[in-house]
Amino acid sequence: MSQNKVGAVMIVGAGIAGIQSALDLAESGYLVHLVEESSAIGGTMPMLDKTFPTNDCSMCILSPKLVECGRHLNIRIYTNSQVIKTEGEAGNFKVTIKQQPRFVDIDKCTGCGSCAEVCPVKVDDEFNQGIGKRKAIYKQYSQAFPNAYAIDPQKCLYQTMGKAKGKDICKKCLKACQAGAINHDMEVKEIEIEVGSMILNPGFKVFDAASLEYYGYGKIKSVLTSLEFERLLSASGPFDGHLVRPFDQKEPQKIAWIQCVGSRNAKINKNYCSGVCCMYAIKEAVIAKEHSHIPVDTTIFFMDMRTPGKDFEKYYNNAKNNQGVRFIRSRIYEVTEAEDGSGDSVIRYSNEDGQISTEQFDLVVLSVGLEPGESSKALAETLDLKVNKFGFAELEPLTGVNTSREGIFAAGAFSGPRDIPETVMQASAAAGAASALLSQERGTLVSEKEYPAEKEVAGDVIRTGVFICHCGVNIGSVVNVPEVVEYAKTLPTVVMATEKIYACSQDAQASMKELIEEYKLNRIVVSSCSPRTHEPLFQETLKEAGLNAHLFDMANIRDQCSWVHMNEPEKATEKAKDLTRLAIVRASMQQPVQPVFMEMNHDALVVGGGVAGMTSALSLADQGFVVHLVEKAPELGGIAKRFSTGFRGEDIKAFLAELVGRVSSHPKITLHVGKEIKDVGGFLGNFTTTLNDGEQLRHGVAVIAIGGQEYQPKEYLYGQDSRVMTQIQMDEALVRHDDLVAKAQNFVFIQCVGSRCEENPYCSRTCCTKSVKLALKVKAKNPSANVFVLYRDMRTYSYFEEDYELARRSGILFVRYSENDKPVVSKEGETLVVTVKDHVLDRPIEIEADVICLAAAIKAPEDGKKLSKWFKVPLNNEGFFLEAHMKLRPVDFSTDGVFMAGIAHSPKNMEEVISQAKAAAGRAGVALSKEQVESAGLTAYVNKRKCTACGTCEAVCSAKAVSVDLENRVAVVNDALCKGCGACASSCRCGAINLRGCTNEQIVEMLNFF
Amino acid sequence: MFMEERQVNVSDTDNKTYQPKIAAFLCNWCSYAGADLAGVSRFQYPATIRTIRVPCSGRINPLYLLKAMANGADGVLVSGCHPGDCHYISGNYVARRKFALIKSLLKHVGLEEDRVSFSWVSAAEGVRFSEVVKGVTERVAALGPNNGVFKVKDGGGTDE
Repeated sequence: MSQNKVGAVMIVGAGIAGIQSALDLAESGYLVHLVEESSAIGGTMPMLDKTFPTNDCSMCILSPKLVECGRHLNIRIYTNSQVIKTEGEAGNFKVTIKQQPRFVDIDKCTGCGSCAEVCPVKVDDEFNQGIGKRKAIYKQYSQAFPNAYAIDPQKCLYQTMGKAKGKDICKKCLKACQAGAINHDMEVKEIEIEVGSMILNPGFKVFDAASLEYYGYGKIKSVLTSLEFERLLSASGPFDGHLVRPFDQKEPQKIAWIQCVGSRNAKINKNYCSGVCCMYAIKEAVIAKEHSHIPVDTTIFFMDMRTPGKDFEKYYNNAKNNQGVRFIRSRIYEVTEAEDGSGDSVIRYSNEDGQISTEQFDLVVLSVGLEPGESSKALAETLDLKVNKFGFAELEPLTGVNTSREGIFAAGAFSGPRDIPETVMQASAAAGAASALLSQERGTLVSEKEYPAEKEVAGDVIRTGVFICHCGVNIGSVVNVPEVVEYAKTLPTVVMATEKIYACSQDAQASMKELIEEYKLNRIVVSSCSPRTHEPLFQETLKEAGLNAHLFDMANIRDQCSWVHMNEPEKATEKAKDLTRLAIVRASMQQPVQPVFMEMNHDALVVGGGVAGMTSALSLADQGFVVHLVEKAPELGGIAKRFSTGFRGEDIKAFLAELVGRVSSHPKITLHVGKEIKDVGGFLGNFTTTLNDGEQLRHGVAVIAIGGQEYQPKEYLYGQDSRVMTQIQMDEALVRHDDLVAKAQNFVFIQCVGSRCEENPYCSRTCCTKSVKLALKVKAKNPSANVFVLYRDMRTYSYFEEDYELARRSGILFVRYSENDKPVVSKEGETLVVTVKDHVLDRPIEIEADVICLAAAIKAPEDGKKLSKWFKVPLNNEGFFLEAHMKLRPVDFSTDGVFMAGIAHSPKNMEEVISQAKAAAGRAGVALSKEQVESAGLTAYVNKRKCTACGTCEAVCSAKAVSVDLENRVAVVNDALCKGCGACASSCRCGAINLRGCTNEQIVEMLNFF
Repeated sequence: MFMEERQVNVSDTDNKTYQPKIAAFLCNWCSYAGADLAGVSRFQYPATIRTIRVPCSGRINPLYLLKAMANGADGVLVSGCHPGDCHYISGNYVARRKFALIKSLLKHVGLEEDRVSFSWVSAAEGVRFSEVVKGVTERVAALGPNNGVFKVKDGGGTDE
C-alpha cells in the first residue's frame, strides 16, 4: 500500500450505485471523480417505471439523488468517459480516462432542445429500448444530468459525412442553438487523475432474448422484454405511460410474463439466477393492472417463485390473492405468432404434471436476466481483476465489496445480479471501505459550498410562487393539475403559479431559481410528493437562490392524494386545491429561521457483537472513529459461532476467530462484552447510553446490529425426537461427526418451517441454499445416502443456483409440496415416517427417515422492541427494524444518527450481512465526519411579555430544554436541547411560547382558510 | 392575529352525496409517514381529510380543534405515534391528556363526541392509516354536516 495516499476516489459507473458511493464519499470529506460511459448519469434506474416492493415511482426517488450528485461541489462528473489505464497501488492510483467528445458544451447548453427539433436524423432510442425514436443530437431522458444534449457521432450527418471531407453538411443544430453550445470540432481527451481508491459499478446489461429463438423475440411483434415493458409503463416512455402494444397501439387485455429468460439455463452457460426478475415481473403485472383503463388479465409463467427479499413475499401474496395475478408453474416450449392475424402470441407450455397446453396472449413479456455488459468486462480486463466464469467480477470471500486488487472495491451488478437495495447497500459499503483506506487524507482535497447572501425579506410584500407537479402520470393522471394551477393563481400572495412534469428534476430546479429572480418571489410552495423525502431538495434550491430555506412549504398531493384517491379524480382535484391552499397560507407566514449548530461527538456505539456488529465496528474504527461495541452475551461472535462453513465454502470458524482478534486488539475499539443496555437518550451527535453496570457511554451515532433468532419449531415432532433437528443443529452434528448423522442413510429436509406461513409471512431467504449445502455435504460424505428435500419454491438465487443444480445431478431428490398440503411426520414404532404429496405423481409418498432437518425460520431479534423504544426507531410487523426507505436508504433509520445492519434488518446470508454492516458503518461515518451537527433551528421561543413563569412548559418538556428563570420570572429555551416538538407551545396557558416553523398563528390561519 | 376571528360559512348541506371534510393533524414521524406508506402501497381511502403536518401530536393545541370546527370542518382527526414510540419521548401523552379534556369540553358544549378522533398510527402502518380514515369518515358522515360549534339547540354552550 502506498504511503502517499490521495484523499480522492474514482467511481466508475454512475448508476444508482455510483451515485450513492459518490454522495457518501463527497459528504464525508473526499473528492470524488465520477466516470460515466454514457452522456448522462443515472444508469438503469431512470428507465424503470415503478420499483418493488413499495411501488415507488423510480424517477421520483432517484431524481433528488441525481440533482444532489449533479450539484455537489466535491463530485466531478466525467460523462462519455472510460478508464483506459491504471498505475500505482492502493492509496495512490494514477488513472487515465478517455473522454469521447460530446460536441456540446455542457456549460453553455441550456437543455432547451431546439437542436433536436431541427435535427433531421432519427435513430432508435436506446433509452426507450428501441421503442420510439430519438434524434442524432439527444438527451437520454428529460431529467438527465448533465442537463445537456450530446451528438451521436455515428449518426450525425456532419460527423459521418461532412467532417472528413471538409464539407458543411447539415449543421442545422449549430444554427438552431441560441446558446452557441454546439462545437463539432471537439476532440477525444485523455485525462489523468490521481486517486487513493476506486469503486467500480459499471452495472449490467440485460440478456439478449433474440438468441433463444423459441421465445420468438425479434420475430413476433407482441413479444417484448421486461425492460421494454418498463418503458411502455413509464410516463416518460414512448407512449407517455399509456399501456399499448408498440406495433398497433392496441391496449392489451391479456399479458403473460415468461420467467428465467437467460437465467437458470446451463445450456447457454447462464446457470445462475438473476434474482430480480420474479419481483419485477410481479410488479409489472400489478402496475399493468393499475395503469390500464380496461381490465387486464395477467399471467406469470415460472419455475420457482423467488421472492426472498424484505417484504417481497407479502408483495407476491398480495399479487396472487388480492390483485388477481395468475401464476402458472410451468416449462415453456415455445412462443409462436397467433394464426388469426391479430399479432398475438401463443405460448405452448407444460404444466407441473406434464400436461401440455397452449394459450394466446395480446402481449408476452420476457423476464430477461442480468449479465455483465461489454464495458464491465473491459473494465475488469483493464484493471486486471479476477472474474468468475459468467464474467462477473469475483469478490474476495466475506468482504462484501473487495475485488481481487487492494484498494479497488465493487458495488452493484458488477459482481453479480442484485436488486436496488442490495446495490445501494453495497455502494455505501464500498464508500465506507474506501473511506477506511484513506481516513488520514479525509478533508484534504474538498472545498466547501458557498451560498449567495441571504436576501432580507422582513417587511417585504409577500410574493409566493407555486409549483404544481405532474410527477409523470403519478399525480397528473388523477388530479387535474392545470386546474389546480389556475386555482392557486387566485389565492392571496400568489404572484405566479406553474406546472412541472417532474418538479424535482434538474431543469425544474434551474427554472425555479430563474422564476424566483424574475418574479422576485420570497415564498415558495411546491405541491408534489412527500416533504419527508423531497423537502431538503427544494430547500437547497431556495438557498442557492438566496432565500432562507424555511420560506417554503409543500403540499403532498401524490402520496396522500392522487395515489390514495385513484378512482375519484374530481375529489382528488378538490383535495389537491385545498392542500395547496393550506400550504400557501402556511408559507406566507413563514419567517426566516437560522440553523443551530451543536457539538458533534465523534464516537460511535455499535450494539451487537456478532459478525454484523464486529464488521461495522471495525470499519468505523478503521475510518478513524472511536467505537464502543456492546454485546450482551459473555463473548463475541453471535450466531455465527455455530456455523462451520459459509455459502462459498469459507471456513467460518477461522474467519470469526480472526475477526474477533482484530476487533479485540483494535486501539480504537472499546469492548463492553457481557453488558446490557439499560437506557438510551439523546440524538445525532449527542447520545448517552447507560449500561447495566452503570457505565455511561457518550456517542454521536449508533449502529444496531443485534441479529435475530432461530425459530424453535413446534411442528414435525421437533423437540420430541432427537432425530428431528434444525439446520444449525444438523450443521453442528455434521461437524462433530455425531453418530446420529454419520450412521444415517435416509435424510429428509423440510423447507419453510415457520416461514411463508401465517405466523411469519416472510421468506427467511437463506434456508433453501443452506439445505442444499447441507444435503450436498451429506451426499459427499455418504454417496449412497438417500436425500430428499421437501420444498415449496427453491430459492437458490444468484450463484447458489449452481449448487441446486449440482444437488440435483448428485441424485438428491427434490419434492415440492404446497402450502395447504404440508408434509406430515409421524412415528411408526421407532421409525420416523414423512408423508408428502408429490405433485408430479399426484399422490402421497412415504419416506422412512433417519434424520429430518428442518429449515427453521429466522426470526426477529428479541431485544428489538427495547431498542426501538430507546432509539425511537420503528419496527415492521414482523419485528425487524424498518429502514428509512426500502429502496434507497436500506441501512438508515428515519431518525438521524441511527443505522442498522445484519439480520436485525431482515434475514440474509453472511456475505450480505457483511456488506450491510460495512454499509451501516459507511453511512455512520458520513454522519460522524461532520464537524458539527446542524439542526434546522425549528425551536421554541418565548414572548417574555406574555410569560407568567408558571412552569407548565418546563413540566411538559421531555428534552429538558425549557426552564424557568426564577430571577427574571420568565421561561427560557435552550436552543441546543430543544427538539422542536411543540408540546410547550400547545400547553402554554398564556400563549407566550411558540414554535418556529409551526407557529400558533400559522396553524390558526390555515384553519381560518380551511 | 392569534385570536383574530373571521366570518365563516357553515358547510352547505344541500350536497346530495354528502362527504365530510375532516381536518387531520398528523405527526411528522409516525402518522404522516404512515399516510405516505398508505400512498406508496396504494391503499385507497375516502378523499375527506385535509392534512396539517405537525412535528408531534403534542404540538396540537385544543384550540385548533375548535378552530377547525368553527371554520367548517365536519370533524377532526389527531394522529400520533403509538404510546412509548413518540419521537420526542412523551409528546403523544401530552396530546392524549389534552384530547381527553377536549372530548369532555365538546360534550359540555353539546357537540357530538364522534366528530373528533384520536388514533395511533406508526410509520409502518399504511393499512391502518387508510382504515383509520375510513372509520373517521364513516363516523363523521353518520353525524351529518357540522352546523357550527356554538349553535347547539339545547343550550349548555357559550356564545362566542
